[in-house]
Amino acid sequence: MRSRDVALPWMYEKMVEIRHYEETMAAVYLEGKLPPKIQKGLAFDIGSGPVPGEMHLAAGQEPVAVGVCAHLKKEDTVVGTHRPHHFAIAKGVPLDRMTAEMFGKAAGLGKGKGGHMHLFDAEHRFSCSGIIGASLPPACGAALAAKKLGRDCVAVAFFGEGAANQGSFHESLNLAALWQLPVVFICEDNHWAISVPKTSATSVPRVSDRAPAYGMPGIHVDRNDAIQVWEAAGEAVERARRGEGPTLIEVRTDRYFGHFQGDAEVYRPRDEVARLRADDPIPRLAGQLKKEGLLGDEERARAEARAKARVDEAFAFARAAEDPKPADALADVFV
Amino acid sequence: MSESRTLTMAQAISEAIAQEMERDPGVFVMGEDIGRYGGIFGATGGLLDRFGAERIMDTPISETAFIGAATGAAAAGLRPIAELMFVDFFGVCMDQIYNHLAKNTYMAGGNIRLPVVLMTAIGGGYSDAAQHSQCLYATFAHLPGMKVVVPSNAYDAKGLMIQAIRDDNPVLFMFHKGIMGLPWMAYFEGSTREVPAEPYALPFGAASVVREGRDLTIVTLSQMVHKAVLAADELAREGIDAEVIDLRTLVPLDRQAVLASVGKTGRLLVVDEDYLSFGLSGEICAIVAENLDAVSLRAPVRRLAVPDVPIPYSRVLERAVIPQAESIAAAARALCASSLRQAVPA
Repeated sequence: MRSRDVALPWMYEKMVEIRHYEETMAAVYLEGKLPPKIQKGLAFDIGSGPVPGEMHLAAGQEPVAVGVCAHLKKEDTVVGTHRPHHFAIAKGVPLDRMTAEMFGKAAGLGKGKGGHMHLFDAEHRFSCSGIIGASLPPACGAALAAKKLGRDCVAVAFFGEGAANQGSFHESLNLAALWQLPVVFICEDNHWAISVPKTSATSVPRVSDRAPAYGMPGIHVDRNDAIQVWEAAGEAVERARRGEGPTLIEVRTDRYFGHFQGDAEVYRPRDEVARLRADDPIPRLAGQLKKEGLLGDEERARAEARAKARVDEAFAFARAAEDPKPADALADVFV
Repeated sequence: MSESRTLTMAQAISEAIAQEMERDPGVFVMGEDIGRYGGIFGATGGLLDRFGAERIMDTPISETAFIGAATGAAAAGLRPIAELMFVDFFGVCMDQIYNHLAKNTYMAGGNIRLPVVLMTAIGGGYSDAAQHSQCLYATFAHLPGMKVVVPSNAYDAKGLMIQAIRDDNPVLFMFHKGIMGLPWMAYFEGSTREVPAEPYALPFGAASVVREGRDLTIVTLSQMVHKAVLAADELAREGIDAEVIDLRTLVPLDRQAVLASVGKTGRLLVVDEDYLSFGLSGEICAIVAENLDAVSLRAPVRRLAVPDVPIPYSRVLERAVIPQAESIAAAARALCASSLRQAVPA
């Protein structure tokens, strides 16, 4: 396991990588989608451009992904959500093939058949799903497999606060506690289930309050802070690895972009994002690392340059990659 | 070693699972009442005593959680068998079945393997009404990404279950309650068969000709095979020689077997315990319609299936909507009495 002096600088570099990835994607995504190339009267065409389809970006939510994944090994399983890039990047999914997937290219993780909500990397034990609440059952299964195979692996299911009202959440928490599975449930509370705020959808103020009802610890991280997430997740992951069962952690995090790109965000106060961005966890972590002497200015600049270069290379790879052949659509239904 | 015993279909399925569990430590079973009870329809009878609760796992009534867990465990290298007690219960867990188990391999570009067997009970005929009597195999066969196996007898069930467990893809294994040989439900004795003691696998996508005939082809599967054979016996006494095809698997589907038989008889009757519209019977007829350049019909195709109503409770009503030997024979007679309209001149 990474010690603090190794984990925190790694987390910082990954957060910069994630933020740069999402901001790059936000720009690339708009290519070909705006007038005058598209029909008159349309503000935006979701199906056009090099990266078509829905796009859910996770800028602002970096602390959750890096704070948890800093504790994971390659053999540990992560199941993410419809907003999956930060998890994938933190878990070590190759950026080039992940980006090629979003460009719909043959070199993509799924040969262009999945797209951005359906990223599968068997080597790094990463998957995600576009269905709310769907991450929890397969994470239980991966944890069950680890237990049966006698491996000290854990599984992590990420999901949003909106998913905590799905049946799959409740069934999975019960199953995981009943079978004492090495799984950690991480709820990203970004306050918004698309447009519906948590207060209008969830019967308790904190999702983590539901954990005791299933016989597991519930931890609440009340600030969008990478170090706080890292500390909470460390205990939960170690607990799972020791065979002491599951934990539910809820993290209060922030979504800087809309639910999806093109979301007019009529539901949230106009100044909310500016207010959230004023408390950006990335510079805050940089300040803390400097104060602790874990990452000086020069090292930090190098880390940032490395992170951004990886992202830029991945986008260049994806752009240059070949399209699949139309007939390839018929392959891979079965192995 | 070539010992052969008479087994019920339930015993044959349980034996297949046991033999694969002995061969492969990655095989395990999850489901409701599959442990001490041995499965409500007996498919896991005796397995708990033999393999213990670590591998024969009774689950909470949480189909989404344990079927989703089967997907996750398979992705992690195991070979789970999950039992959905009645196929009718798919409504509480279909997202994990068709949006994840069935699609993930494709969306991963073939880069993940999900060797899950999802076994489930189908069929009516014992007044269990609309929520416990459906077949629904066409619903699953319609959705890409799942192989669909629907055996009609103990011999096929053992070989197809072994094949299902060894397959690296999701397989839906659907057993009809009325042919499992349960001590508490009347069943068709033809489903209880001589079954070799040693393990054997039957290939998917190979229909069997249960009865040869010249005058018409009855394409069917599962419990309807037995009703169709009874009907064929009756028809034979009247001089009508029916061929009966047991499809055995829907995905993959043995289209050639259908075409070869219809090419021989020139008449097609599809008998199906699933709903009539948008289902199996239409699919089989379409195969013939698309190949009329290769096969010739002597009569229009005919379908006998549940007439687009939920399965009713009353014995009288249920018998009226589920095909019976008598209604199959009647449909066959009508088919043989009908003829094609003269072709329109070019």
